[in-house]
Amino acid sequence: MKYVMLIYQGTALEGQAALPEEEQKQVYADYQGINQTPGVTPGVPMGLPENATTVRVQGGKTLTTDGPFVGMKEAVGGWFVLEADNLDAAIEVAARHPAARYGGAIEIRPSEVYWKK
Amino acid sequence: MEEVASLEQVFREEWGRVLATLIGFLGDFDVAEEAAQEAFAIAADRWPRDGIPSNPRAWLMTTARNHATDRIRRDRALATKFGLLVAGDRAEVPMNTTTFPDERLELIFTCCHPALALEAQVALTLRALGGLTTEEIARAFLVPERTMAQRLVRAKRKIKAAGIPFRVPPVHLLGERLDAVLAVVYLICNEGYGGRDELAAEAIWLGRALAELLPDDPEVHGLLAMMLLHDSRREARFGDGELVLLDDQDRSRWNTEQIADGRAELDRALALGGRGPYVLQAAIASLHAEMPCDWAQIAALYGELARLTGSPVVELNRAIAIAETDGPEAGLRLVAQLGLHDFRYLHSTRAELLRRLGRTDEARDAYRRARQLTDDGAERRFLERRLTELAAAPRSG
Repeated sequence: MKYVMLIYQGTALEGQAALPEEEQKQVYADYQGINQTPGVTPGVPMGLPENATTVRVQGGKTLTTDGPFVGMKEAVGGWFVLEADNLDAAIEVAARHPAARYGGAIEIRPSEVYWKK
Repeated sequence: MEEVASLEQVFREEWGRVLATLIGFLGDFDVAEEAAQEAFAIAADRWPRDGIPSNPRAWLMTTARNHATDRIRRDRALATKFGLLVAGDRAEVPMNTTTFPDERLELIFTCCHPALALEAQVALTLRALGGLTTEEIARAFLVPERTMAQRLVRAKRKIKAAGIPFRVPPVHLLGERLDAVLAVVYLICNEGYGGRDELAAEAIWLGRALAELLPDDPEVHGLLAMMLLHDSRREARFGDGELVLLDDQDRSRWNTEQIADGRAELDRALALGGRGPYVLQAAIASLHAEMPCDWAQIAALYGELARLTGSPVVELNRAIAIAETDGPEAGLRLVAQLGLHDFRYLHSTRAELLRRLGRTDEARDAYRRARQLTDDGAERRFLERRLTELAAAPRSG
């Protein structure tokens, strides 16, 4: 099974910034551990949602607004792809992600093929 | 007539096993369910005429397997479209028809997977393991059949799309996943406690199946014991459709056989070293079935249960036991510390203790608050009877 793993930081980034150095090191190590997990393809790192631009087209006009499509706190913060046997294996990887334990969350989205070439 | 009854019994006993084996074999919930349904329909048609085969399970399994294989062969395109190619290939392998693996445990862990909403877990478990129809489940949970059908379809779709595994969880996950399974069975039982007998019977049936599949787990036996003990008083809990409290129950209407069954399960759980929440609740239910009740022991067990669960509802029950040993005032003091302001049983408990103390006005207010929070017919009528009795009592100062 292929899963797209969406990272929501929530309050995790602020939480992590306030951590003692030892724990911050652990956070970095955990990020690295996730990226080195067999089956993981890291996503392109995402910048902050506050620098996002949202585009809509209404009546042929392009409307551009500042910020993410959803609220700043609800915006997706990153992603990676995981190839795993089943949902339980994906849940175990998600549970190791620092965002999941510092006030954010990981959303596991099964990938789906909607059309064939 | 006898023939019909035993047919139903065979269906009841075999549905979960046949479906579980088919899912394990085909790797697809929907195709397996359809095939099982087809096999059971053919059986319902033929068995009354030709008699029940000597090995009904093998007959059902083989018929369902053949049906599924035919369908996949006939409809390769469909199979590819729904990602069933693997299952189709697997279906070419002959299934051993003499020793079928019992995969009901795999099935129940799939149905109670935490990635499914609790209500979907409950519905799926009743459908897949209990063999209840969508209509029966809908009726039991008082939702329209269409809503229940959608809930089941959505759940099965998610199992497939999200890759929820069909397996008994590995050891490091088993504890929490088993808790989820037990919680689903407990919930079904609780729904049945309000008077919907079919759900209580279903929960006990599931509990027995679990105890058979996991004979060494004390909590499994504890849950079964608790359900049997609670259910043994079913007949006595209602008199002419009205709620009857434990003290006023006609004990000759208790099901003594079921009490004995429940106590045997409790003994088994204790022998296995069980001291978990279900074992404790079973022990309490067992004490409740004794005459006279050992309230001090019950209070102690509720204390232990409260430490394990941190539940204020358990504390409320402890307060009721304390009121029996140390008097209503001691019970009231405990109740006053609980935050459960919207919980109807908090108010009905307060009302009862105040009534015993002769504090009629306060009791009346508490009964009214409880009545406000109660919509169930028999419970509400009980509260109304109490209010009428209080109206006849002298006013307190």
